[in-house]
Amino acid sequence: MSSQTLHPSAGVALERTVVKNWKGPIALSIFAALSVLLFGVFARPGTSHFRLSTSTDFVQLPQLDVPTTLTGWILAIVTVLLAAWSVWIVSQSRRVPLWLTIGFAIVFMAGFLTWVAADALIPIPGLLIGAVSLSVPLIFGAMSGVISERSGVINIAIEGQLLFGAFASAVVASMTGSPWAGLVAAMVAGTLVSFALAAFAIKYIVDQIIVGVVLNVLVSGLTGFLYSKVLTENPGFLNTPPRFDRIDIPILGQIPIIGPVLFDQTIIVYFMYIVVAGVAYALFRTRWGLRTRSVGEHPQAADTVGIKVNLRRFWNVSLAGAIAGFGGAYFTLGSVGSFTKDMTAGAGFIALAAVIFGRWDPIRAMLAGLLFGFATNLQSVLGIIGSPVPSQFMLMLPYVVTIFAVAGLVGQSRPPANDGKPYIKS
Amino acid sequence: MKLELKGITKRFGALVANDHISLVVEPGEIHCLLGENGAGKSTLMNVLYGLYQADEGEILLDDVVQNFHGPGDAMAAGIGMVHQHFMLIPVFTVAENVMLGHEPTSFGGRLNMAKAREQVREISKRFGFDLDPDAIVGDLPVGVQQRVEIIKALSRDAKVLVFDEPTAVLTPQETDELMVIMKQLREAGTSIVFITHKLREVREVADTITVIRLGKVVGEASPTASNEELASMMVGRAIELTIEKGKAKLGEPALVVNKLSVIDPIGQLVVNNISFDVKEGEIVAIAGVQGNGQTELVEAIMGLQPKVTGEIALGGKSLVGRSVREVLDAGVGFVPEDRNEDGLVSEFTIAENLMLDRSTGEPFVKYGGLQLAVLADFAEEKLTEFDIRAQGIATHAGNLSGGNQQKVVLARELSRHLSLLVAAQPTRGLDVGSVEFVHTRIVEARDSGVPVLVVSTELDEVVALADRIAVMYRGGIVGIVPGDTPRDVLGLMMAGEMPTGGKAA
Repeated sequence: MSSQTLHPSAGVALERTVVKNWKGPIALSIFAALSVLLFGVFARPGTSHFRLSTSTDFVQLPQLDVPTTLTGWILAIVTVLLAAWSVWIVSQSRRVPLWLTIGFAIVFMAGFLTWVAADALIPIPGLLIGAVSLSVPLIFGAMSGVISERSGVINIAIEGQLLFGAFASAVVASMTGSPWAGLVAAMVAGTLVSFALAAFAIKYIVDQIIVGVVLNVLVSGLTGFLYSKVLTENPGFLNTPPRFDRIDIPILGQIPIIGPVLFDQTIIVYFMYIVVAGVAYALFRTRWGLRTRSVGEHPQAADTVGIKVNLRRFWNVSLAGAIAGFGGAYFTLGSVGSFTKDMTAGAGFIALAAVIFGRWDPIRAMLAGLLFGFATNLQSVLGIIGSPVPSQFMLMLPYVVTIFAVAGLVGQSRPPANDGKPYIKS
Repeated sequence: MKLELKGITKRFGALVANDHISLVVEPGEIHCLLGENGAGKSTLMNVLYGLYQADEGEILLDDVVQNFHGPGDAMAAGIGMVHQHFMLIPVFTVAENVMLGHEPTSFGGRLNMAKAREQVREISKRFGFDLDPDAIVGDLPVGVQQRVEIIKALSRDAKVLVFDEPTAVLTPQETDELMVIMKQLREAGTSIVFITHKLREVREVADTITVIRLGKVVGEASPTASNEELASMMVGRAIELTIEKGKAKLGEPALVVNKLSVIDPIGQLVVNNISFDVKEGEIVAIAGVQGNGQTELVEAIMGLQPKVTGEIALGGKSLVGRSVREVLDAGVGFVPEDRNEDGLVSEFTIAENLMLDRSTGEPFVKYGGLQLAVLADFAEEKLTEFDIRAQGIATHAGNLSGGNQQKVVLARELSRHLSLLVAAQPTRGLDVGSVEFVHTRIVEARDSGVPVLVVSTELDEVVALADRIAVMYRGGIVGIVPGDTPRDVLGLMMAGEMPTGGKAA
């Protein structure tokens, strides 16, 4: 017997072999090849114009004019170099770092914009402002998803919560003349939808995905019916809600580019900042968050230390509904100004994708929401300036980005262990 | 604290899991609750811990009647539990797990992590544990995770500590360490209820033993009672603890595994370059603590693992890269470790389960149609042959007891012409009577010349069956030793150490 006794619980990890994951480099190489073809070989002649400032900024940045073909070639070569770098990194048995992927995406996007903007003007602040606007409901929806799924209930009903929030806020704000009343009504409406989700999923243990889908269809049908039968009868009284005005935060709002994008928005957007920060803080730093995560990861363990699993899930799902409903109000009180049938147009599902892409983390989910919002707005901006890409393809853009993001680029994404599993006490 | 249970009765429908159970645990004693799987020990403890409500009877702590509506109440009263399946959240840190449910907070519900870490350090120091409060629990070895469970209970000032089958997942060395901890706790005045079905452990630490059978207390025993006495109390009849096994008549090497490695999806070598062989008419047992690569080894042999390098040959033909169907057709019989997950379809009848892996052709399938008459005859025959206690062949497998389920699996696998039998954890969760039956069948298979590979985490089973023992630790084989190797040597090997004095076989 050897003299040294090995401590049985000494935590020696299993030996590892290196599994080279070529998924990243392959994707980057394809995009690099695409950029060489598009921005270089099939370059468009002319000059690309970018407007960087709005009239109210502190410092007026000059308009940026670059020669399209030359810039296209330069950026295409940069993408090729970055792709080659990623190949080298993987061949050294390391992982492609996230910043490299993000850097690649930015360079590719710059190249794409340069190519599209040949002899045309792209207003960068406008592009970004629109991106933030479009991502507001996505981000509220994603926060709803994060809270709900971290507590262990899959929230497919985000779409329904957004839509019902939009509907209720339009009607109530219009009737009372107060957008604040509309906001409250939106939260109540979102909560009602999530009450139904919570009751069926937690109390009656119906499959959560089915309940969610059914609720979406129900809300869509109900609001559609009320819209065409009731709201259109008397639109002046029922469907002309007052809108929130933009609030320009002094000083911050005048910073070039990011000022107007982030600090000249409606109150709902400022609430969004608070909600995201609040959810991130609460989830990881407070007792509520610890217990919520424990319930989503291992409900039995939570139960054995005296946490009431199903009650906690119920209230968290309700809270999630209130947040999504709040986000729904942005459609009517923040942007469009009146309710139309199915006006959320799948935003709830994109929000769900943002939750997964953001790995169930509030900050990452917000960034994912911004990305999807950007893709959507890019499509409409390019539509306006006249893009060489057929408009049908441009319409696909946000969804293509969503699929690529969720399928390919997330990597090892691990949901809460008991997400979607009802807790049944034996 | 003195714990007294008086006439506890718990029914699940028609089944009486606990039938008027009464027992007294004195302060500062280790009280063993001995009984077979399914005897009602865990149910009783869940009643005590507030997870179940008793239909009758009462719980007294220091002669005060308690009324628990949930685990929170039980904990508040001073009862702590170390669960068989750890109630720990793998993605949380040690401190987060310990604080969960009674978190120290500062302003606005903000977690006071510093205080939680301090508490973990303080309790670990008291018992000489070396625990990092910021380690992620899922990364810790099971023995250490169990200590986290103990700290969790102690951090709530538990005066009565219940250990529910705590040694099932431990190496013999870790078990010994746990015994020391339990004695330490007893010295500190904690009352301990120790639930187990392992006789050796009982005799080592118990002050008092209460034996439970079929939901009833059948008597108290003294720690000086012999294994045979305790076993017969547990089972209700005299039990042969060792099975009769003649000398192996060895033939040619049949299963030859050479430099086999299995890589899991995140790149870990779960099976790391192992080589061994199994000869005709021989039982080779793979021993080791759960989770050291045994599962993956078996799956690799069965064709269930995608990333396998090295060589697996049966009778000279390679099995690597073959589909499960081809492996089965090569004559491999397989008793999976989780019979409910992989061995049976619980919604199917016994007859249907008996033909599960023979759905591709005759005799049970002809021209794409099931031959129900043939199947019925076959099933009736096996029901008698394997002594499967069921109402009939149309009984759903899910309604059978664990022992009878395992008999169905064995009947299916042994009714084919085998060139290799792989039995993973063949007696997990079975009562002593069924264990006897399964072991006899496995030895019979060996004696008929079939090479047998048994994978087991139970040292008793390994010693009872094996002609040779290969011990696995962290994916590798520590050594291959003869079947009569002493337990303490095997125990050391299970902790990863090859005793230099031992002779290799």
